[in-house]
Amino acid sequence: MTQSALSDIRVLDFTQYIAGPYCTKLLADYGAEVVKVERPGTGDGARRIGPFPNDTPHPEKSGTFLHLNTNKRSLTLDLKTGEGRQIALDLAARSDAIVESFRPGTMDGFGLGYEALSAVNPSLVMTSISNFGQTGPYRDWRGSELIFYGMGGELYSTGVSEKEPLKLGGTVGLYQAGTIAAYATLGAIFAARDGGSGQHVDISIMETQTGSIDRRMSMLLAYQYNGEITERTPLGSATGSGGYPSGVYPCADGFFQFTGGNNYFPRVLEMLGHPEELSGDEWLTPEAQADEDMQGLFDTVFYPWLLDRTKSEIWEVAQKSRVLSGPLNTMEDLHGDPIFHKRGAFAEAEHPEAETLRYPGRPFIMGATPWAIRQPAPLLGQHTDEILSELGISDSQIGSFREGGIV
Amino acid sequence: MSNRLPLEGVRVLDMTVVWAGPYCTTLLADLGAEVIRVESIQVFGPPTRGSSARPTQFVIENLPPFIGGMPNREGGARPWNRYPLFNAHARNKLSMTVDLLRPEGKQIFNRMVAISDVLVENNPTETMQKLGISYDELKQINPAFIMLRMPAYGNTGPYQNHRSLGIHIEGVIGHSLLRGYTDLDPSANTQVYMADAAAGAGGAFAVACALNHRRRTGEGQLMELSQAENAVPYLGQAFMDYSMNGRSQTTLGNRHPTALQGVYPCKGDDRWIAITIFDDRDWELFREAVGNPDWARESQFTTHESRRENHDALDSHISEWTWDQDHREAMSLLQSYGIAAGAVLDQRDEVEDPHLKARAMFEEASQSDVGTHMYPRAPFKMSESDVRIQRGPVTLGQDNEYVYKTLLKLSDTEYDALVEAGHIGDEYAEHVP
Repeated sequence: MTQSALSDIRVLDFTQYIAGPYCTKLLADYGAEVVKVERPGTGDGARRIGPFPNDTPHPEKSGTFLHLNTNKRSLTLDLKTGEGRQIALDLAARSDAIVESFRPGTMDGFGLGYEALSAVNPSLVMTSISNFGQTGPYRDWRGSELIFYGMGGELYSTGVSEKEPLKLGGTVGLYQAGTIAAYATLGAIFAARDGGSGQHVDISIMETQTGSIDRRMSMLLAYQYNGEITERTPLGSATGSGGYPSGVYPCADGFFQFTGGNNYFPRVLEMLGHPEELSGDEWLTPEAQADEDMQGLFDTVFYPWLLDRTKSEIWEVAQKSRVLSGPLNTMEDLHGDPIFHKRGAFAEAEHPEAETLRYPGRPFIMGATPWAIRQPAPLLGQHTDEILSELGISDSQIGSFREGGIV
Repeated sequence: MSNRLPLEGVRVLDMTVVWAGPYCTTLLADLGAEVIRVESIQVFGPPTRGSSARPTQFVIENLPPFIGGMPNREGGARPWNRYPLFNAHARNKLSMTVDLLRPEGKQIFNRMVAISDVLVENNPTETMQKLGISYDELKQINPAFIMLRMPAYGNTGPYQNHRSLGIHIEGVIGHSLLRGYTDLDPSANTQVYMADAAAGAGGAFAVACALNHRRRTGEGQLMELSQAENAVPYLGQAFMDYSMNGRSQTTLGNRHPTALQGVYPCKGDDRWIAITIFDDRDWELFREAVGNPDWARESQFTTHESRRENHDALDSHISEWTWDQDHREAMSLLQSYGIAAGAVLDQRDEVEDPHLKARAMFEEASQSDVGTHMYPRAPFKMSESDVRIQRGPVTLGQDNEYVYKTLLKLSDTEYDALVEAGHIGDEYAEHVP
């Protein structure tokens, strides 16, 4: 069988919740061997957050945990004990990278800071994912996805001016931090393997927003170039790229989004079948796109057309005319989309406690090296004995570690 | 800084457009890859280098800041080098020009493939077909070649040529209905491009995965990142809720599934603070931080569950406290008590933020058509590799001399002939609007 792209990489994983586990999931799903270190008894905090089947909490059935920990092996370890620390160091000695997402200073407190790890393995990469980074005045501050987006990203300009700024859905910013961390970790591994040393990679979740292409960097430049501040615009205005039709519009069975103004307007006219009311060259000028009366006239043609059609009907004709557009789907729509299924965008995995479920699938297809859910998320401590045996620790020793609450 | 940059020696041909693909190559360039944008002076594809090559003053003035906020809101001699939406991601890159629609242009491209490692593109599927560029052919030229394609929905199936920006992709995968005000319909929101950020980072990770495989085996490969599919895992909790319970989640506004959370008004014009109170302990700290007011002892706020049930009433009380507080001072005060709080920073606040300054998040960079400014650096720090902005946003055709004369070893005469033929240049041809 063909090997996965990262099957020669070993990762020791001290992350919890979302950003860190998504980083190590990406590495694991593309083939890296990931050992997830969890706290004895409780494990990753994500085990306690939902969704759960029938909304009944169970540490082995958290949808968040199951999604984020595929292809990892779980080892329980009390890092506050000398024996626990020694096992962590032994594992670090045979790893390419350690990824951790504790509060800054926590790993030092365990005696597992970068200096200590580097001493046992000079080519080890340590990636630390934290709220605000390993240095600076906010280093020890607390955060949440909303707060990172507010401090780092474009929360300020998102939403309408009549109301408060509005966050993005779910915890998308935390996932983004995980992807950035996975990329930087691989880069640091390359540098170490090219005759360099290991190094400490510092991921500040806030900075993954500040440095994000999702509007923030461009808006920061508009300020640098011109002192321009981008604010939220009023309800009912075409927010975003200007002109019309631009934004979200109602249709027969929901909502549909267009970016059809300015240069793209001729495509919209084609989509609408060149209606009589919008014929005339005056409709094709930049001035027309900024004229509210003309926009009003356009809307009197556009709205009835939309309300006569469903999302899927509109998408079909819009795309025939190459109109930048798409439906606002529900999760049910997405799960039911035959095209996503046919492309293999979703995965299925069987889990001993949570049974067989549909999971988000591969983020990208590699032609020569497979992505696969080789095994579902681990039960808490499922691989403790196996991993300790690999370190040459005897069964009786493992037994006494277990009695001592170390594993 | 003892290490080299991780991707030093990796040459990337960059045929990316708009934001998703360009962000991928930005991240590759940050780690030291030699990223060469392959551009044409014969075709202007909006909105990558702006809305049009030669916009009128009327157009420039009516564009939103992130597109049209060029210095002094003036296009200058070469507007395409001045748009914020392009310059934001153009650090550390090179640019060559060649007209791929003509056979000699295609030959030049093939010669570049022979001496490069990676090609990244994120066009509609048919664009590469029209240009006659396929991985099978590129592999003949360079057997170890890596190609990353980043279409909106995939290079196969009925959606392969669908025209979409990030915002439309987000609608399709269900993100748009998960963000929004709970009391207004989804048209009352801003166009966001989370999927572009996700695809850019995912694409960079994909290239790194392929490079790792090639380091071991010498084998290149074709990769395909559907921007839609790549962003689905980011909605994991909502996705799994449907898998487990058949439930389509709807927007929570600014609220949190288990904590108390909101964005509250502060002193001044359009100033806000975001606060998250995770549990009972946080609540105790919060109550103390705001001076143990009587309302916080009301029976409706006794337990975490009752506080969540009475979230609206709680928000009113919190707003009464925040409205005459400075947003940054309130943030510092709450954080000093150990409460998760963050001022909502506008673009000026961001640049002046003391924490980002202490971490040197902005670096100075220059470019001939815009001058010298501060730009956000790579979204990560490395202790031993010198990751920084080595070069300001690349101008159109800036590296033609290097590419044609140094890399392809063309003579001056050959070079001049390609200038004459409209392949090489640093300005769009006159016929380009």
